[in-house]
Amino acid sequence: MASLRTLLEKPWIWSFVGALVVWLATIAFTGGYGGGGMVTAALSLAVFTVIVGVGQMFVITLGPGNVDLSLPANIGLASAVAMKVMGGSDAMIVVGLLAALACGAAIGAINYLLIWALRIPPIIATLSASFIIQSVDISYGRGLQIKPPPGFADFTNWQVLGIPVLAMLTVVFTVGAALALQRMIYGRSVLAIGQNIRAAWLAGVNVGRIRFLTYTLCGALGGIDGALLAGYFRGANVDIGNEYLLASIAVVVIGGTSVAGGKANVPGVWGAGLFLVLLLTMLNTFGVSAGVRLLLTGLIIVGVITAAGGEKAVR
Amino acid sequence: MTAIAPGTVPKASPRGGAARARMLRGLLPALSLALVLMGIAWLNPRAISYFGFNLMLNLAIPIALATIAQMFVIAGNELDLSIGTFVGFVGCVTATWLRDAPLLGIVVLLGSIGVYALLGALIHLRNLPSIVVTLGMSFVWQGLAILVLPKPGGKAPDWLLSIMSFKPPYIPFPILAALLIAAVVHFGLMRTSYGVILRGSGGNAAALRRAGWSLLRTKVVLFALTGLFGVLSGMALIGITTSADANIGNGYTLLSIAGVILGGGEFVGGRVSPIGAVLGALTLALAASPLLTFMHIPPDWQVAANGAILIIVLAARVLISRKER
Repeated sequence: MASLRTLLEKPWIWSFVGALVVWLATIAFTGGYGGGGMVTAALSLAVFTVIVGVGQMFVITLGPGNVDLSLPANIGLASAVAMKVMGGSDAMIVVGLLAALACGAAIGAINYLLIWALRIPPIIATLSASFIIQSVDISYGRGLQIKPPPGFADFTNWQVLGIPVLAMLTVVFTVGAALALQRMIYGRSVLAIGQNIRAAWLAGVNVGRIRFLTYTLCGALGGIDGALLAGYFRGANVDIGNEYLLASIAVVVIGGTSVAGGKANVPGVWGAGLFLVLLLTMLNTFGVSAGVRLLLTGLIIVGVITAAGGEKAVR
Repeated sequence: MTAIAPGTVPKASPRGGAARARMLRGLLPALSLALVLMGIAWLNPRAISYFGFNLMLNLAIPIALATIAQMFVIAGNELDLSIGTFVGFVGCVTATWLRDAPLLGIVVLLGSIGVYALLGALIHLRNLPSIVVTLGMSFVWQGLAILVLPKPGGKAPDWLLSIMSFKPPYIPFPILAALLIAAVVHFGLMRTSYGVILRGSGGNAAALRRAGWSLLRTKVVLFALTGLFGVLSGMALIGITTSADANIGNGYTLLSIAGVILGGGEFVGGRVSPIGAVLGALTLALAASPLLTFMHIPPDWQVAANGAILIIVLAARVLISRKER
């Protein structure tokens, strides 16, 4: 009992409960048919949300107003860069991935440069940057039929016993992110800055460097996500990252991370990612129209946020 | 002035510099608009005419209204990421029900303002992040818009079409409308006592609460005003385009935030300026396409130009703010 109670007190448990409920509702509707396939599909799609979600989580944890709105544009550009560098050849896969990583990291670094140099709120800095990145992407990717090399496409779709390999790798990555957050000086500094930026500075945390690293990390994760997406969907396009603006923020909040900053939660990002993907699958299985699907997705997100509640104001 | 003792002059001059910097900062929205206008005049002198302005500022009215809508939530330290899809939803209702069944249309539009007011209450009572709630709502509005109007089409009510195609003598209608919007909102928010309370809820909420004002009510009023101006923006948009599409307003979310910031608004502290916001919206409306078309900049780069304008104006503001200290 005691262990159950401590489990229920974890902020991330509700996102997993939500995912489970949605999954059960769907297989009850289909009469048990396709339940396993649904989990496989959910895992392979949730991976992309989880990767950017973790990046967004670190940024949001930095404190109020910190959010990266340039992720969709970043994903779009990085997917085009990765596919162009790979050029359809298996030998260039690693180089392409590195190029996407570098492209994303550069975007993250530019974001922080704008925040630091112009002293503008991160929302506006990343927004302005995303306008420019979008244009670069449109003009860079114009008229190109960008396909991934066959080896890379197979790798991103590779499954072992119904479990996508990409999902396994992402689990390893998220465990690493959780360790970095809770056990490394970097992660503790991010949490400290989110709780009280001035106190963190007085305690000797190099605030500027940590914020720079966090935005760069988030950008780099967006970049690698773009490359993987282009591999999974067998092609890059400008709009490939569009849905990840809402998704990246939603998984962070639904997963139990505080929007006020200073409190992060890595397992919750997985739970929330699975919840969102399964929710879409459920609505598709029920055969609702596009309008109803959007309407219900929105209402459920607002409902979940309301149920989870915000932080009690401390000041 | 000459009566001032020589000893006080060095003391007064830095303060005078700060005042000048503050004034410069207030003039920045107008200066950026003037700069864009000069650019257009230099590239294509014929555009600066009654007819030219009518064409170039065609979409300025709905953009200005959406920017004002966004400004109200920003005044309360919140952000509305759903205003674009809300404008689209209003557009779809305007082009269908408001024409075919005016009573139903009016009820639905008033109801949607009520939904905005409820959102304000919800955000305040549960202490929710407005970014996430409105991001979720953007899906709701888009879904509803598709349900109301599955395929692009519909037609604006005739009275709305005749309002929007009004041609006053000498002054182009968009400029007249912008002046009117700016004057009305400026008076309401900056010159009335409740307007001060509304801005105060963004400036120092704790102080207002201790002074006995209801923060719940200020938030509800701010969100309802956002809903109201969102409705006006959607209707104005349909009055110009004559037919609707569920995605018609999607770009307005980012444009409206950019407009408020260009106009001298700030995300926290209730520092907003209605006149600045309208000027910011006009600058974006002009810079978005007419200026770039005259400069022969390909459409690919027009979004980038918006971003670049934002960055340049913000950089200028930082330079001025340094002097203010």
